[in-house]
Amino acid sequence: MTALAIEGVWKFYGDFPALRDISFNVEPGSCVALLGRNGAGKTTLLKILAGLSRPARGQVKLFGQDAAERSSRASIGVLGHGIGIYDELSAIENLRLFAGLYGLPEPERRAMEWLERTGLERVRDGLVREFSRGMRQRLAVARAFLHNPRLLLLDEPFTALDDRAIAVLQTVLRDALAEGRTVLMSTHQLREALELATHVALINRGKLAFSGSRTREMLDDPGWIYRNYGEA
Amino acid sequence: MRKHLLLTAGIAASLLLARNIWVMLTQLPDEAFQGAIFRIIFFHVPAAFTCFLCFLASLIAGLAYLKTRKLGYDAFSVSVIEVGLAFGAVNLITGMIWARIIWGIWWTWDWRLTSMLICWLLYAGYLVLRRAIEEPTERAKMSAVMSILNFSVVPFVFFSIKWFRTQHPQPVLFGDGKMDSGYRAMLYGNWAPLLIVAAILISIRYAQEKQQREIDALRREAHMI
Amino acid sequence: MLFLRQTFTVTAKDLRSELRTKEAVNASLSFALVILILFSFAFDPTSETTREIAGGLLWLVFAFAGVLVLNRSFARELPNDCLEALISSPVPGAALFLGKALANYVLLLAIEVVCLPVFGVFYNVTWYSQPGQLALVLVLATWGVTVVGTVFSALTVNLRLREVMLPMLVYPVLIPCLMAAMQLTTTLIAGDPIAGDQLAWLRLIIGFDIIFTSLAVLLIDTVLIG
Repeated sequence: MTALAIEGVWKFYGDFPALRDISFNVEPGSCVALLGRNGAGKTTLLKILAGLSRPARGQVKLFGQDAAERSSRASIGVLGHGIGIYDELSAIENLRLFAGLYGLPEPERRAMEWLERTGLERVRDGLVREFSRGMRQRLAVARAFLHNPRLLLLDEPFTALDDRAIAVLQTVLRDALAEGRTVLMSTHQLREALELATHVALINRGKLAFSGSRTREMLDDPGWIYRNYGEA
Repeated sequence: MRKHLLLTAGIAASLLLARNIWVMLTQLPDEAFQGAIFRIIFFHVPAAFTCFLCFLASLIAGLAYLKTRKLGYDAFSVSVIEVGLAFGAVNLITGMIWARIIWGIWWTWDWRLTSMLICWLLYAGYLVLRRAIEEPTERAKMSAVMSILNFSVVPFVFFSIKWFRTQHPQPVLFGDGKMDSGYRAMLYGNWAPLLIVAAILISIRYAQEKQQREIDALRREAHMI
Repeated sequence: MLFLRQTFTVTAKDLRSELRTKEAVNASLSFALVILILFSFAFDPTSETTREIAGGLLWLVFAFAGVLVLNRSFARELPNDCLEALISSPVPGAALFLGKALANYVLLLAIEVVCLPVFGVFYNVTWYSQPGQLALVLVLATWGVTVVGTVFSALTVNLRLREVMLPMLVYPVLIPCLMAAMQLTTTLIAGDPIAGDQLAWLRLIIGFDIIFTSLAVLLIDTVLIG
């Protein structure tokens, strides 16, 4: 079964088509780098996949289930532009909150496990407001991975992260891929993304310009894909 | 084609109005208690009918938009509400002029006046909400929700204010349902041209909205390049 | 079952955030106090005149102060894009809405309970002669205010000038509910029970609550998902 099936998705802002007939499949266990210039429609597409926005036409299926159904959300983890963490709650309270919302068994143990994996166990009771930028980002990673999602949707995950957060994110992403989870990430940071990616999708002005396996030449020369499939 | 249709409708409405005004002024006698000013009712009441017909249309358009997500329904919804508000204003202003002459005051917190004013404010809020949202699809969605909420509160407004004012009797002149048949015929007869005028205005606004959407889409296209 | 747990999780989260920062409650309570004091200049504040308009006075205070709480409700989710994190979770929109509404409800009722004795002392009015029925009116009418206010809080959360938009849009919709609450509260504070014609007002509030709670639950997914 495909992890993610995108079938003929259109999205309009007024009469302007922001996404034009996007179709591609993501197989379980793959890591897809979603590339494209600013304003090409990467975030719009990710928002549709994350259930934050509905397509005007077309369909999105998560593990065979219609993405419009709420219960399908349990299988995805989302890390968007914002960290999605409450400043006035402590680290553990934030994770406990999301564990509760996802209806996870043993929320306390789950929350502690992820605090350890992101290196935040010593500040578990500290308010997020008092955290450094990097700590907040690591907590955001913990929040997105907390329920062991089968599909991870990451919007520009490496942008604005500090070194330690990048290291944490790379480790948990590698672990997730090793466990057979699926990752879809939009990115500007071609090198970091392409190292992890098994597949690449390129969106150009709302259209899917390329989708396929990541090849050797993409890794050797990150500009290659833009030169060959992007607009002149 | 559309232009010709609008023009023909406009001419028909003007002719009807002219004829109605002539009949009002020359054929219909003054009303026994109110004198000449009572004729304002031939504009006052049909304006209220038109206004609420428009609000009802906006509810239907709002539901249709949420069902189909076609922006045409949103354009229709904003057009009917703007025109409805204009006719609501006609109703309120003619009412105030009449009240000034018959009761000697511009405004009284009679239940009909109060409810009309509140409904007018509800739909003015709809326009304010639209103004504040820039992205057309988002705006259409929020507006549709608001038109549903607005229309749902209209019956509550009418019933509550009616009860409120009947508990504290006010000098309500001019009771219901005792109208001469000639007057009644004119009341409905004059509704026809007003409805035509409303339809013309709605049609013009609808076309404007459509053009506005095209301009907006072109601007977004240009931004992307 | 999960639905209820998710609802209460959201409520608990909102209440905990609010109790920690006390942003909305502090602003709302001080605002309520200021309005209570300002009213004393608007009319002759003897206990007789006050009793005649007690319902109107109190509910205006509740409505003004309440909007400050309602404004914060969804605005609280804006920093760090928390609203997106909530919507992309499996929590149904209705659970999210009811959870936030319940939190607002608790806060509004708390503010009302604080305002009542202050009002009683300042205006020398015995307000507690019909405690059961007064509580009933507060509970029912405050739910109406809460549910409509929370929907509009969600509707206006991403707007420029959000703080101005919410009161402007929400008060006209609240008029029937507030008017009924004012009528009943005035009667109750005068010491009379709700009877006869007055029951119509109670029915109006209940109808208002039912209709707008259903509409809110039906429409909230549309509002939240772009």
